[in-house]
Amino acid sequence: MTESSKPPLLNVLPLKERMKIPRQHMLEQPALERATNFTEVNLGYSEELARQEAARCLECANPKCTNDCPVGVKVKDFVRLIVAGDFMGAAAKIREDNVLPAITGRVCPQEDHCEGGCLMGKKVQPLGIGYLERFVADYEQRHLDTSKLPKAPPTGKKVAIVGSGPSGLTAAGDLIQRGHEVHVFEALHTPGGVLVYGIPEFRLPKQIIREQIDYMRAMGVVFETDVVVGKTVTLDELMHEEGYDAVFIGTGAGLPQFMNIPGEHLNGVYSANEFLTRINLMHAYEFPKYDEPMLDLHGKQVAVIGGGNTALDAIRSALRLGASKAYVIYRRSEAEMPARKEEVEHAKQEGIEFRVLTNPIEFLSDGKGWLNAVRCMKMDLGEPDASGRRRPVAVEGSEFNLPLSVAVIAIGTGANPLIQSTTPGLNTNKKNYIEADPVTQRTSRRGVFAGGDIVTGSATVILAMGAGRRAAQAIHEYLSTWCEW
Amino acid sequence: MFKILHAEFLAPGIKRFVIEAPRIAQKQKPGQFVILRLYEHGERIPITIEHSDPKAGTIRIVVQSIGKTTNLLNSLNAGDSILNVVGPLGKPSEIENFGTVVVMGGGVGTAMAYPTAAALKNAGNRVISIVGARNKELVILERELRETSDALMITTDDGSYADKGFVTDKLRQLIENGTRIDLVLAIGPIPMMRAVAEMTRKEKIRTIVSLNPIMIDGTGMCGGCRVLVDGKSEFACVDGPEFDAHRVDFSVLVQRNSMYRTAEQKSMEEFQHDPKSQIEAVHAEQPGACALEGGRQ
Ligand SMILES: Cc1cc2nc3c(=O)[nH]c(=O)nc-3n(C[C@H](O)[C@H](O)[C@H](O)COP(=O)(O)OP(=O)(O)OC[C@H]3O[C@@H](n4cnc5c(N)ncnc54)[C@H](O)[C@@H]3O)c2cc1C
Ligand code: FES
Repeated sequence: MTESSKPPLLNVLPLKERMKIPRQHMLEQPALERATNFTEVNLGYSEELARQEAARCLECANPKCTNDCPVGVKVKDFVRLIVAGDFMGAAAKIREDNVLPAITGRVCPQEDHCEGGCLMGKKVQPLGIGYLERFVADYEQRHLDTSKLPKAPPTGKKVAIVGSGPSGLTAAGDLIQRGHEVHVFEALHTPGGVLVYGIPEFRLPKQIIREQIDYMRAMGVVFETDVVVGKTVTLDELMHEEGYDAVFIGTGAGLPQFMNIPGEHLNGVYSANEFLTRINLMHAYEFPKYDEPMLDLHGKQVAVIGGGNTALDAIRSALRLGASKAYVIYRRSEAEMPARKEEVEHAKQEGIEFRVLTNPIEFLSDGKGWLNAVRCMKMDLGEPDASGRRRPVAVEGSEFNLPLSVAVIAIGTGANPLIQSTTPGLNTNKKNYIEADPVTQRTSRRGVFAGGDIVTGSATVILAMGAGRRAAQAIHEYLSTWCEW
Repeated sequence: MFKILHAEFLAPGIKRFVIEAPRIAQKQKPGQFVILRLYEHGERIPITIEHSDPKAGTIRIVVQSIGKTTNLLNSLNAGDSILNVVGPLGKPSEIENFGTVVVMGGGVGTAMAYPTAAALKNAGNRVISIVGARNKELVILERELRETSDALMITTDDGSYADKGFVTDKLRQLIENGTRIDLVLAIGPIPMMRAVAEMTRKEKIRTIVSLNPIMIDGTGMCGGCRVLVDGKSEFACVDGPEFDAHRVDFSVLVQRNSMYRTAEQKSMEEFQHDPKSQIEAVHAEQPGACALEGGRQ
């Protein structure tokens, strides 16, 4: 970008003036209206709003935003291109580091990464980097001609990616750009991992994921769904019989955890994975247009147990399905909730009730096998535990019953076990997560790499993408040099 | 897309399909199942694999029309395709030489018991098969089972074929006659499996049942298929589907399987109201009709 091609008005503003522009609010559906539909909450920036917001960037010499981004998106550079009105250029700039911008722009916890580091946030509000990323990615989608995507010359090397969540998709996207043949194997019938089965439509429209996957197909990535590696085919068969030179495992942490308290088998008690999979992957919210059924939640009292993104996604879905009361039951205080801040705000606006410092101890039956209340105890915060958060301690004699028809358990997940149990020589840790080098993502098996939630335990989309990116780099080096393991 | 190569009715409402699924055919072992989805708007349902032919790259399933999805499936024919078929899922049956094994199949459960019966026979067991159906027309796989069993007994509820009565009557006779039984495998409706379990519990005969809870993914991801075994939660899709009958809490299984009864009835009523348009919706997605996901793309 040359100096002269910049439009004059906005970005010649002196720093002080830039600080005076308020953070541009993203339009969203009104809370009461959106609480009854599954359409996306945030509506996006217009071109004007985007350029206005971009003009706030202070263009720091040592930008912390890029440093704090797990994939190192060159924020300053793409924001400058937005100011200049070169939105396709901005998209290309982001894609150098991030192959799924429309997704991260929507679901990244920006407050922990880029925006958390933004200098402006110290004085006023941080630059809306997530909003800008989302704007650019959506603009690109509307204007892109996938038939014109550049194709790298083929290297003749073949890589299998197991799991099509953000780690696998990132590794696939990076490897295809380097000319390797890439096949993605996915157990479910639709690629996308948690992005399609977990995160609901109102936060991440499925169309966006389809578009990102179509983009990858256009670049040459082959997707094979309905393949459970470890069952349908083993990792060794992929390498020895089907000729894959390297494998990346990104199978996620999808094993639901239950609370092991009485009553968990009652009808009406769900794991968050089942609840969300029915709604998202299987479209049960559109029953009977789609065949997968869901309990009728109209006029029902529903609670989710847990305080992460999963919990909020589940309870906000329940509200949209007609629940008359929707509670979040969380055993610590709101400050400890791991969910994205924006989601907590949105949930409150929509009328979700937060029952913090509360822990369920038993699900109670109506006598016919259906849930009709949950027995809880009040909690206090004690000394910090291993996670650094203050440990919740039960308050004696504080038991009470909360009437309830449906309870969704969202207290965390464990490692998907199928590959570990069928791949000899693949080292795992005590919790059955795969051991991988933090820089190269190499596992104990030659030619096998792993990353994302299956290595770290449940984390975030962007951390999984970071792992996919490092793995792709290391796989490329491995395939180019056949280096020692 | 998974192509149907052959389809035939074995009995009214019970259809057998041969499906092209090379990866699954390579791997299938008796006792395992697939999860399939017919079309974009379809639900995912588990179906036991009755047989597979690794050389031909095909699997065989037997389906009874019960709800909307099985009715839709049974409207498909050779040349049609199923959008998604994933498997083989679940743990294979335990196959070794136990001695004398009684294999019991109730209704379409007979088709699920058959591959295990054949494998047990191959492993050197004496196999006594007991097959039950509501009436003569619904007796299936008689010829196949006769070939793989040392003895075959058949009962019909109405007495229209073979002996009138239930499979448990035959089991009781065997026990009363003092027949040595080392293992019982019972697959069929829950009341039947439960009755078998009660009968063999007293006799201390090891008994295996194959459970059919509601499933979605079949890979251990949703927990919807959880069953109570010895008071502990097990996921039928990965820890099962076969369990020790004497440890299973059948009441919880019955209760959990009733969870969507209202919705299932609604689906079925809609289907019965206008089966033609519903079947057309599946056919509209057949190959050539439009390009869709499923398998390699
Ligand atoms: C409801 C919910 C909401 C969330 N919200 C956010 C958010 O707002 N922001 C954020 O940053 N993070 C969020 N997360 C976390 C984030 O989604 C995960 O950290 C991320 O998806 C992990 O990516 P991954 O690639 O490791 O695995 P996953 O996304 O879990 O994908 C793994 C894939 O592998 C497949 N698979 C598993 N085993 C096999 C096998 N044997 N063979 C073939 N395929 C297999 C699975 O079916 C799945 O598709 C959320 C998670 C959930 C559940
Ligand atoms: S079917 Fe989902 S865990 Fe078994």
